[in-house]
Amino acid sequence: MQPEKLRVKSFGRRATILVSSKLALLGVLCGRLYYLQVFESQRYQMLADDNRINLRLLAPPRGHILDRYGIPLAVNIQNYRVVIVPEQALDVRETLGRLNTVIEVHEYDHRRVLREARRRRAFVPITVRGNLSWQEVSRIEVNAPDLPGISIDVGQSRHYPDGKVAAHAMGYVAAVSEKDLTGDPLLELPGFRIGKNGVERQYDLALRGTAGNSQVEVNAIGRVIRELERSEGRPGKRIILTMDQKLQRFITERVSEYRRAAAVVLDVRNGEILAMVSAPSFDPNAFNEGLDPKAWKELVENPDTPLNNKAISGQYAPGSTYKLAVMMAAAEAGLSPDHRVFCSGFTELGDQRFHCWNKHGHGLINMVHAMRESCDVYFYDLALKLGVDRIATTAQKLGLGSKLDLDIPGERSGVIPTKAWKREHLGKPWLKGETLIAAIGQGYVLTTPLQLAIMTARAVNGGYAVLPRLTRETIDAGDETPTASSFPHTGLSKRARELVMHALDEVVNHPRGTAYSSRIQEPGRAFGGKTGTAQVRRITMAERESGVKKNLEKPWRERDHSLFIGYAPVDDPIYAVSVIIEHGGGGSKTAAPIARDILREAQRPQLPQQLANAERKK
Amino acid sequence: MSMRDRQHSNAMTLSQRFWQLNWILILLICALASIGFAMLYSAGNGSYTPWAERQMVRFAIGMGLMLAIALTDIRLWLRYAYLFYAIALILLIAVEFAGTVGMGAQRWIGLKFFHLQPSEIMKVALVLSLARYFHRLSLEDVTRLTQLLFPILLVAAPTVLVLRQPDLGTALLLLIGSTAMFFLAGVRIWKFILIGLIGLASIPLGWAMLHTYQKNRVMTFLSPESDPLGAGYHILQSKIALGSGGVFGNGFLQGTQSHLRFLPEMQTDFIFTMYAEEFGLIGGLFLIALYATIVIYGFAIAMRSRSHFGRLVAMGVVTTFFLYAFMNIAMVMGLIPVVGVPLPLISYGGTAMMTVLIGFGLLMNVYIHRDMWISRYGNDHSS
Repeated sequence: MQPEKLRVKSFGRRATILVSSKLALLGVLCGRLYYLQVFESQRYQMLADDNRINLRLLAPPRGHILDRYGIPLAVNIQNYRVVIVPEQALDVRETLGRLNTVIEVHEYDHRRVLREARRRRAFVPITVRGNLSWQEVSRIEVNAPDLPGISIDVGQSRHYPDGKVAAHAMGYVAAVSEKDLTGDPLLELPGFRIGKNGVERQYDLALRGTAGNSQVEVNAIGRVIRELERSEGRPGKRIILTMDQKLQRFITERVSEYRRAAAVVLDVRNGEILAMVSAPSFDPNAFNEGLDPKAWKELVENPDTPLNNKAISGQYAPGSTYKLAVMMAAAEAGLSPDHRVFCSGFTELGDQRFHCWNKHGHGLINMVHAMRESCDVYFYDLALKLGVDRIATTAQKLGLGSKLDLDIPGERSGVIPTKAWKREHLGKPWLKGETLIAAIGQGYVLTTPLQLAIMTARAVNGGYAVLPRLTRETIDAGDETPTASSFPHTGLSKRARELVMHALDEVVNHPRGTAYSSRIQEPGRAFGGKTGTAQVRRITMAERESGVKKNLEKPWRERDHSLFIGYAPVDDPIYAVSVIIEHGGGGSKTAAPIARDILREAQRPQLPQQLANAERKK
Repeated sequence: MSMRDRQHSNAMTLSQRFWQLNWILILLICALASIGFAMLYSAGNGSYTPWAERQMVRFAIGMGLMLAIALTDIRLWLRYAYLFYAIALILLIAVEFAGTVGMGAQRWIGLKFFHLQPSEIMKVALVLSLARYFHRLSLEDVTRLTQLLFPILLVAAPTVLVLRQPDLGTALLLLIGSTAMFFLAGVRIWKFILIGLIGLASIPLGWAMLHTYQKNRVMTFLSPESDPLGAGYHILQSKIALGSGGVFGNGFLQGTQSHLRFLPEMQTDFIFTMYAEEFGLIGGLFLIALYATIVIYGFAIAMRSRSHFGRLVAMGVVTTFFLYAFMNIAMVMGLIPVVGVPLPLISYGGTAMMTVLIGFGLLMNVYIHRDMWISRYGNDHSS
């Protein structure tokens, strides 16, 4: 048994070695486990959370936009969308076919859904159609058993209850484009809308609010398992406009018969814009779901430029409305209002003839009469006495020739020519004749309707350099008395301002005034103002000899622009208005009656909303 | 146990054998299997279907088989070891022609009720055959090189066949397990060193023979971060899940990575990861300790056996069991390449469990017959 004993001994030794190395190897495993689960645990814990936790942004509701009395101008409405979840639909093509028998599904939507269904994970819902009507929603609900995987999803979309009425001031929202991306992750949310113009654009950041987020646990293929944490974002801020929705609507309807028009109404005491109309307009609601290329092309190529806000970016020759600035300059320069000029229907300067609008002439006439009857010859005389630069200085004090820092984009500065301006921009010396042309608001002079309204306001509000604005802090309760004195003074003398106001009063309320037929006779609501007729093209010598054609006989495109600036009440001004009707003919005939209607509407006693507010205050 | 029993142990009755069963070992096995059930329950997201329930049925059948084997006469196993081996080899060859391709490898034969994996049977058959062969050799015989040719052939044939399937994990298991048997039988150390050197020298040749996916696995093992979404994904996710478990784990059914399916094949090869994610370092160490206890137990049984056959079978079975556990755990912790070895008694799967339980049946069998003296060829007419 000696060999057997040897064998047992050898086996015992070797088995011990073997089992020891096994235990050592198991020890290595323990060490590794310790390393992974204790030393490296923190790092792997982080990686594990990276794996499983997805951060999802929650879009905050966009802030509402209200008019000064609290009437909603831009709100969010629930947008019912029909979505399909491919993994629940079993056969997407067939389900879509059946859906098509319930509601209308366009061929291109059909193709898009099938394309997306192939590309995305089967549990990701795909929008089939948005903007469902109640009828469509209920039809889908009723047929739900036959439509596996189809469900109704509620989103929010921007809605402008008044549609076209305040489109230019409001702007619109549309899908975020490449160049809008600022790094704000909200902008990258599918379906997010950004303000593209007007107030929507200017106050986009405030209206947008801040995003909330939801931490969700997802599995390896991205399916959401549960929500771990949710923080609601801050909804967008409410923006209150200075605009009076009723007045805005009234003006929009009043000018709707004209092809192109613009009007601005503002409070002379603080520059708050009560109405700002530009015609033609567009429907801002159409941009929400994206315009099709054809509709967009029509908007952009329309010769009447519906997207353009003519009230702030339309630059027009002011015509005789500019005489307000010239007369103010003359009074400032100390010229006597009793200074008389004989109007024979034209003035001669060198070998050139400058005509009055009244070819028979006004005869011997003083300053106020000249303003009242809009005598061009008298203002040619004033212009020669003042020189173009002095007129320009006063015009600039009245707010012309530069942007007015309105809080929406698109404002244009217009042109108030001076000798230096012409040298710089045209490289030519100033001609004397051009001074005469400038004095009647023709030639190089260009103004926007907003500037004309501001000019009027500054002339009648005690001389304060009010600036226009479109937003205010609180809803108008009707018991605040705005003051102009928080604005710097223009420096225009009281004597000059009173003289001009007297003249503006006579334009409307004197039987010989150019706007006498448009006056308001109700006591306490009379208005003052100035008519303007701006030539679109020069009247040639040949035309003058063959007799100037009546405006209506000319083709529309060649007819004069019709302008009016005004304020009311004439004794204690609150409202200033400027109206321009492109190719509308004479100012007294077209623009003045519109301005009258606007001012009458603005002065209407106690709007229902104001009454309601007053009631609430008690 | 009295002296009288031992003297008559050559002719034990069935009931005598039954009372000799090693109950502590059975308890350890049941403990491991229960951890397995719990993890499969968790893998099914807190449901007995689809895994835990079926695993329990298999375990019950396996336990029956284990006890049956434990209670047979050990000499039968000695006598029919080569026959057993021959059947396993034929089945392996049959896989070449009739096997079903599963998981990119030809490993299974589809029988009527279950998939038969001949390489698993071979693991047991090879242990028995080598034990039988070395049982009759004296220590002196073993030192002779000519005597080693036959056992080397016994190992080489199935290893080559398994490699052709290709199943690197099983091939390694067979090779390392057999090497341990040779070592225990008394083969001189310098021979192992020589073979080792030859093996090292032929690595380039072996590399050329590997399949692309095997090469990928080795490359991935060497730098797992190089391909985090491709081949390296498994091991990286496994480490993340393990590491995030920390000391105390996320709690039963609370393993986020495994339940959210970031962890691949969590019910089979990566079940240890899931376990360690849910039960942490404490649980992991406990499980490794259980495996270590069984390894020591096997060693103790081998040392107690009077017969060389018994000693070799006991150590061979336990070594195979150990290799399963070690390779699996080392793999999921990124210590060795992903080779596709299940965690014994815990991973979901029938054949590996059968192999392990048959092995334990033999181990108990050795324990029961620990005092039996066995002749060179296992016949009753002892020499």
